[in-house]
Amino acid sequence: MTKVIKLKKGLDIRLQGKPQPKLASAKLSSGYALKPSDFPGLTPKLSAKVDQDVKAGTELFSDKYNPEVKYTSPVSGKVVAVNRGERRRILEVVIESDGKNESLDFTKANPLQLSKEDITKNLLESGNWTFIRQRPYAIVANPQHSPKSIFVSTFDSAPLAPDYQFILQDKMDTFQTGINAISKLTSGKTYLGLDAKITNNIFDRTENAEKVYFDGPHPAGAVGVQIHHLDAVNKGEVVWYVNVQDVVNIGHLFLTGKVNFERTIAICGSEVKDPQYHKCIIGAGLKELLHEKTLGENNRIISGNVLSGSKVSADNYLGFYDSQLTVIPEGNEPELFGWATPGFGKFSMSRSFLSWLTPNKEYRLDSNLRGGHRPFVVTGQYEKVVPMDILPVHLLKAIIIEDIDLMEQLGIYEIAEEELALCEVVCTSKTPVQAIVRKGIELMIKEFN
Amino acid sequence: MGLKNYVANLKKNFEKGAKYEKWMPVFESFETFLFVLGETAPKKGAHIRDAIDLKRTMSVVIIALLPALIFGMWNLGYQHYLAQGMSDASFWNEFNHGLWKTIPLIIVAYAAGLGTEFLFVYIKQKEIEEGFLVSGLLIPMIVPVDVPLWMVAVSSILAVVFGKEVFGGTGMNVFNPALLTRAILFFAYPTKMSGTIVWTSDFDEIMANGKLADGITGATPLGDAAAAIGNLDAYHAKWSAFDAFMGWIPGSVGETSTLMILLGAIIIIATGIGNWKIILSVFLGGAAMGLLLNTFATETNVYMTLPWWEHLVLGGFAFGAVFMATDPVTATQTEKGKWFYGFLIGFIAILVRVLNPAYPEGMMLAILLMNAFAPLIDHYIVKAHISKRLSRVKVKQA
Repeated sequence: MTKVIKLKKGLDIRLQGKPQPKLASAKLSSGYALKPSDFPGLTPKLSAKVDQDVKAGTELFSDKYNPEVKYTSPVSGKVVAVNRGERRRILEVVIESDGKNESLDFTKANPLQLSKEDITKNLLESGNWTFIRQRPYAIVANPQHSPKSIFVSTFDSAPLAPDYQFILQDKMDTFQTGINAISKLTSGKTYLGLDAKITNNIFDRTENAEKVYFDGPHPAGAVGVQIHHLDAVNKGEVVWYVNVQDVVNIGHLFLTGKVNFERTIAICGSEVKDPQYHKCIIGAGLKELLHEKTLGENNRIISGNVLSGSKVSADNYLGFYDSQLTVIPEGNEPELFGWATPGFGKFSMSRSFLSWLTPNKEYRLDSNLRGGHRPFVVTGQYEKVVPMDILPVHLLKAIIIEDIDLMEQLGIYEIAEEELALCEVVCTSKTPVQAIVRKGIELMIKEFN
Repeated sequence: MGLKNYVANLKKNFEKGAKYEKWMPVFESFETFLFVLGETAPKKGAHIRDAIDLKRTMSVVIIALLPALIFGMWNLGYQHYLAQGMSDASFWNEFNHGLWKTIPLIIVAYAAGLGTEFLFVYIKQKEIEEGFLVSGLLIPMIVPVDVPLWMVAVSSILAVVFGKEVFGGTGMNVFNPALLTRAILFFAYPTKMSGTIVWTSDFDEIMANGKLADGITGATPLGDAAAAIGNLDAYHAKWSAFDAFMGWIPGSVGETSTLMILLGAIIIIATGIGNWKIILSVFLGGAAMGLLLNTFATETNVYMTLPWWEHLVLGGFAFGAVFMATDPVTATQTEKGKWFYGFLIGFIAILVRVLNPAYPEGMMLAILLMNAFAPLIDHYIVKAHISKRLSRVKVKQA
């Protein structure tokens, strides 16, 4: 019997620039970077030197407080720069690819015949461990923990999100091997979240995992929401989760003994010419990826989706966990009486703009805040877009006043930025919800470590 | 874009180091009325935003208030001429009379309240928060038409300072500022806020000139009901529930027409600005108390026998339910809490109305009382939420 979980709350935002199901043969980037900032809470200890030759899988830095967790090079080539920011914090380790993409050799074996310890060791050595993240906190998993369950969401419900049915259609064997490997890391269940709206889902036949179907608007595909409904995280508990494309990369490691940091991304958004999919490698330089693909000048490039991605400059690099690059107009132009117009073309969850008359319209939205920051005034807005049994405003207020006990009681362990991202979108008071969530998570980490 | 450049040039005078540096927040407050600024989303976080902001929210509420306000203007004139026995005055005569009675009230309420807000913009050096945009229109709609303008000014200022700014401004206040204004007026100047002569415009003048028509007392239906005018039949001979629903009865400027208020309710509910749970539960609470009173009505208290549903169209009940109880800042913050909050407002309003002879109308006091209790309701809802979360762990261990 298939298990379907119906979610009513949430919001699908229709945007222009949806990726078309075709794979472009883009030129591979020559520059790559691994950015510690992609791993919240990490204090990196540098192990690579500038001018050092590396292969894919060579350690670049490790976690200072957990040195067995290694962060390795996604490609082969040469370390050309270690860029640092304020107080000498490492911003990125840049590698010039030699175009060969040679990998170091790791264990090649059927994960079903390996022990948990062997699998862990292979993942740690190769740097593929960093694909595994944990809740609470949405940080890289600690190999000493035993997770009560492991989650993989097989679909992304965010605006313009890549369609994994298309990306992974030829990789299901490798995916299965990846699932076999990670399912051995827990004594509990491995859950696979599937999109209930898809018939003939390519993940239907996955074994060694419990398949649960989710039906509803975004954030139904967000792994935190799925965890909440299947095996919610309480105090002292840990669950792990892996991005669906990274399960394939883990599978590849065990099938071939070589690391593979491949990533098929959607280059999308209203300011992209011919939005479609591109095969690349994690950390790829954007200069080549976006070469002659954007329209106009005044754009915002986002590594990730429009709800919780990071704004990056055109000479930056693809984020470690990101599967899409979104380009939207930068909204830095003031608009005369913008709040008073009838608003036919304005996006709003409320019906206070006449755009509600055209519900199927695809919007070309820019990055304007659309109002000034105010204290919390309107209530009940966040509750409409969070399909979880939490009180978002109370939790955020607990974080603002730094009340650790209250944060714990109200469910800080269950959320990360992406689950509450829609709150930030719909907020009348323009509250920086995700920054508050991250501050809360950082407070919790500091308190208990 | 000439205007954009002009404003940008003007702004230079207010920048740091410039002559009017300290007036920057005041300048910015005006600037945000002209423009939605070119501010963009932060580097990390949501990159697209809902077009809604507080100004838009407030504008929708103001639009929703217009039917009741315009009807109220007409009704002022209608009551004015009716008191002189001129029930055949033309619509425009009636409307004009009301219009010129109401506009000074609106101007004074806005000038006093917004003036105070701007003073605090300067003191706090923080851009204006739009809360008073709605309060400024609510105040003239919930006072008797002939209340002296200086009283409106004084109480608006007191309400903004002690009801809102001392708590930290919009979003932080415990009590609804517009209702607080009314409460200050009510307790400081009771003769101008209740009785029989305040509800019809120029009533004292009409009386002095001996033009008062037969049978006109100036009392509102609620006043008559509270005074228990003999028995219910006598009351019903004078007032019908239909009149009260349509709104051609004496009362505060904007409160009389339940129909127009419901039109406003449809606007704020359909746009998603107002909370339907609160509105519905206020009516449910009022109906429940009405029924309770009907059930236990005694012969000595005729008022208790007034059919429960008639309460819902009288006085400020509907106006309070739709436009006052729904103020998100002073209502409960939790969705479940809104049911309790609304229900108790309706329940207590009718209780005060019927059983306390000192107050013919209980809506204002009921809402202010529940404003004070809203955080307590939320506290228990949050407590229950927390223990539910904790029970999740226990279930598993068992």
